[in-house]
Amino acid sequence: MNTRMRIQNQKDFGAGCLYMLAGVGFAIGAVGYRVGDAARMGPGWFPLWVGVLLAVIGAVIVTTSLRSGAAPEKVKRPEFSSLAWVLGAVVLFGLLLKPAGLVVSLMVLVVVSSRASHEFTWRAALTNAVLLTLFSIGVFIKGINLQLDLWPAFLG
Amino acid sequence: MELLSNLALGFETALSLQNVLYALVGCLLGTLIGVLPGLGPSTTIAMLLPITYTLQPVSALIMLAGIYYGAQYGGSTTAILVNLPGESSSVVTAIDGYQMARKGRAGAALATAGISSFLAGCVATLVLAAFAVPMAELAFKFGPAEYFSLMVLGLVGAVVLASGSLLKAVGMILLGLVLGLVGTDVNSGTARYSFGIPELTDGVNFVALAMGIFGFAEIIANVEQREHRETFTNNVTKLFPSREDFRRFIPAAARGTVLGTMLGMLPGGGATLSAFASYTLEKKLSRHTKEFGHGAIEGVAGPEAANNAGAQTSFVPLLTLGIPSNVVMALMVGAMTIHNIQPGPQVMTSNPELFWGLIASMWVGNAMLIVLNLPLIGLWVKLLKVPYRLLYPAILVFCCIGVYSINNNTFDVFMTAGLGVAGYLFARFGMEPAPLLLGFVLGPMMEENLRRALLLSRGDFGTFVDRPISLGLLIATAVLLTIVALPAVKKSREEAFQEA
Repeated sequence: MNTRMRIQNQKDFGAGCLYMLAGVGFAIGAVGYRVGDAARMGPGWFPLWVGVLLAVIGAVIVTTSLRSGAAPEKVKRPEFSSLAWVLGAVVLFGLLLKPAGLVVSLMVLVVVSSRASHEFTWRAALTNAVLLTLFSIGVFIKGINLQLDLWPAFLG
Repeated sequence: MELLSNLALGFETALSLQNVLYALVGCLLGTLIGVLPGLGPSTTIAMLLPITYTLQPVSALIMLAGIYYGAQYGGSTTAILVNLPGESSSVVTAIDGYQMARKGRAGAALATAGISSFLAGCVATLVLAAFAVPMAELAFKFGPAEYFSLMVLGLVGAVVLASGSLLKAVGMILLGLVLGLVGTDVNSGTARYSFGIPELTDGVNFVALAMGIFGFAEIIANVEQREHRETFTNNVTKLFPSREDFRRFIPAAARGTVLGTMLGMLPGGGATLSAFASYTLEKKLSRHTKEFGHGAIEGVAGPEAANNAGAQTSFVPLLTLGIPSNVVMALMVGAMTIHNIQPGPQVMTSNPELFWGLIASMWVGNAMLIVLNLPLIGLWVKLLKVPYRLLYPAILVFCCIGVYSINNNTFDVFMTAGLGVAGYLFARFGMEPAPLLLGFVLGPMMEENLRRALLLSRGDFGTFVDRPISLGLLIATAVLLTIVALPAVKKSREEAFQEA
C-alpha cells in the first residue's frame, strides 16, 4: 500500500547526496584539465577517478538509506540562528578588519557571536568583548608583532 | 649505545631554557583545553599553528606535542568531576571516574588518573625512542608504490578504527583527497578548481579547513544545546589514594600502558581507541566486574594510562614514515611543512636535534604535567566554572586573528566561515570530520606517489602487488576491511561506539 518512497535514514540520505554532488562536481571539473592515462597522468586523472569513486559511494549510501531495512535516523531540525550569529560574526570581522581596524572588528566579533547563546546579556557580552580585545592587543600586537591597524584608517 | 647518545642530544635540546618554556606553555594549554569541555586538541592546535610561524621549528613542535598529551591529562579532570568528557579520549574515564566522585572519592580518582598517565607517558616515550630508528630504516626501502599502499592502509585503518558508518567515513576520506588537490598542480602548473580566484591557487588553507570543520562546527553545536549537569567541583579532598587503591590500580595502569603503546602506533590509532580497548580489557580481567560502572578504580587507571601512551606512540608513524595516523598528527604535518620540514624518515638524519629533542621533551612534559595536575588541581577545577557563553567568543577571536595572520588576508577568514557551514552540515548528517582532514593532508602525497609508481611501471597497476612490501601492506588493508565487515565484529563495533 505504501507507494510513496520514504527516506528511512535521513542522515545517510543527506550524506550520500552531498557525496554525489561533490563527486560529480569534481569529476566534471577534472575532465576540463588534461586527463592523460595511467602511465602519463595529467592533472585531471587523479581527481577524475577519486570524484567518480566518491559519487559511486554516495549513490550506494543514498540507495541503502531508502531501503525499508535501514536504521531509521532523523536529522534534527537545525537552529539556523546559532549558525548565523556565529558565522555572521566571523564574516563581519573579515569585512571590518581592514577598513575599521582591530579594535572595532574584535568588539563586533565578540558581541555579535555572543548573541548565539541562549543566555545572552549585553553586560556580559560587552565586558567579555573589552577584556578579549585588550588581551588580543597584548598578545598579538605587543607580543608577537602582528602587523594590524588598531583603529580605523581615518583616525590614524 | 646509539640510543643513549641520541637521547643525550635530545635532552640537550629539550632542556634548553627556551624549549623547557615552550614545553611548559604547551602542557599548560593542553591541560587547560583538556579541562574545558567543547575545546579539543585538534581545534587548539589548528588555532595555534599560525603563531608557531615565528618560533624555532623544534620549539613549535615541542609546544604542539605538549598540547596533545597535556589534553589527555586535563580531559580526565573534567570527565571525573563533571561526567563530561573534556576530551574524546576521556569518554570512558567518565564512566567510573564520575561514579567515584559521586561516592566522595573524587580526589583518589584524579590522583589515579594522573599517576597512571604519568607512568604510561614515560614508558611510551621510551618505546617511541627505541622504535624510531628501525622503523625509519625500513622506510628508506620504500619506493612510490610502497608509499602509496602505506597511505591506503593508513587511511583505511583510520576509518576502520574510527566510529560510525564505514562507507560514510570512506566518503569523507575521498572528499578530503579531492579537496587537497585544489590549487596549482606541481607537475603541470595547472591551477585546479581555483575558479579564477588567486587565493585558491595556493590550495584550500589547511588551518582554515581545520578550524572551520572542527572549531566552528563544534562551537555551533555546543551553543545549540542547553544542558545542565551535576558537578562535583567543591568537594575535592584527600588526593592521595589508599594502599588498597594502589594495589588495584597499578596493574591496571601497566596493562593500559602496554595496550595503548601498541594501539597508538597503528594507523588510525591514538588516544581514543586505546582508552576504549583498555576499558574493555579491564572489565574482562577484573575480579570486581560488578563494580565497573559504579566506580571501579581499574576503570579509571587503565584507560587513562592507555590514552596517554597511545597519544605518544602515535608519533611513531609520523616521525618515521611521514604518515599521519590521526587528526592531531595531520596537524603536526601542517606544523612541520610551515617550517619547510618534510615529515618522513629523513627527518631523523637531517634534523636530529628536532627529532630527538621532540622525543626527550615528552619526558620533560610528562614530569611537568604531573606537577601541574595534582597540586594545582584546585585551579583547574575553578576553570570548569567559566561558562561556555564567555568562552566561545574567545575561541572565535583566536581563530579569526590566527587565520588572518597566516597570509595577512581576509579571504582566509571568509573561507573559514564557509567551511564552518560545511562542518555544520557534516555534523547534521553524522559525517566524521576526522577522515576528511587526513585525506586532505594525504591527497597530494597520494597523487604524487601514484603518479610516480605508475610512471615507473608504464601504467601497469600490477606494480602494487608485484612488490612484496607493497603487497603486504595491501593484504593488511584487505584483512582490516574483512574483519570489520564480519557480522559479529560489526555488531560489537557498533555497540562499542554506541556506549560512547
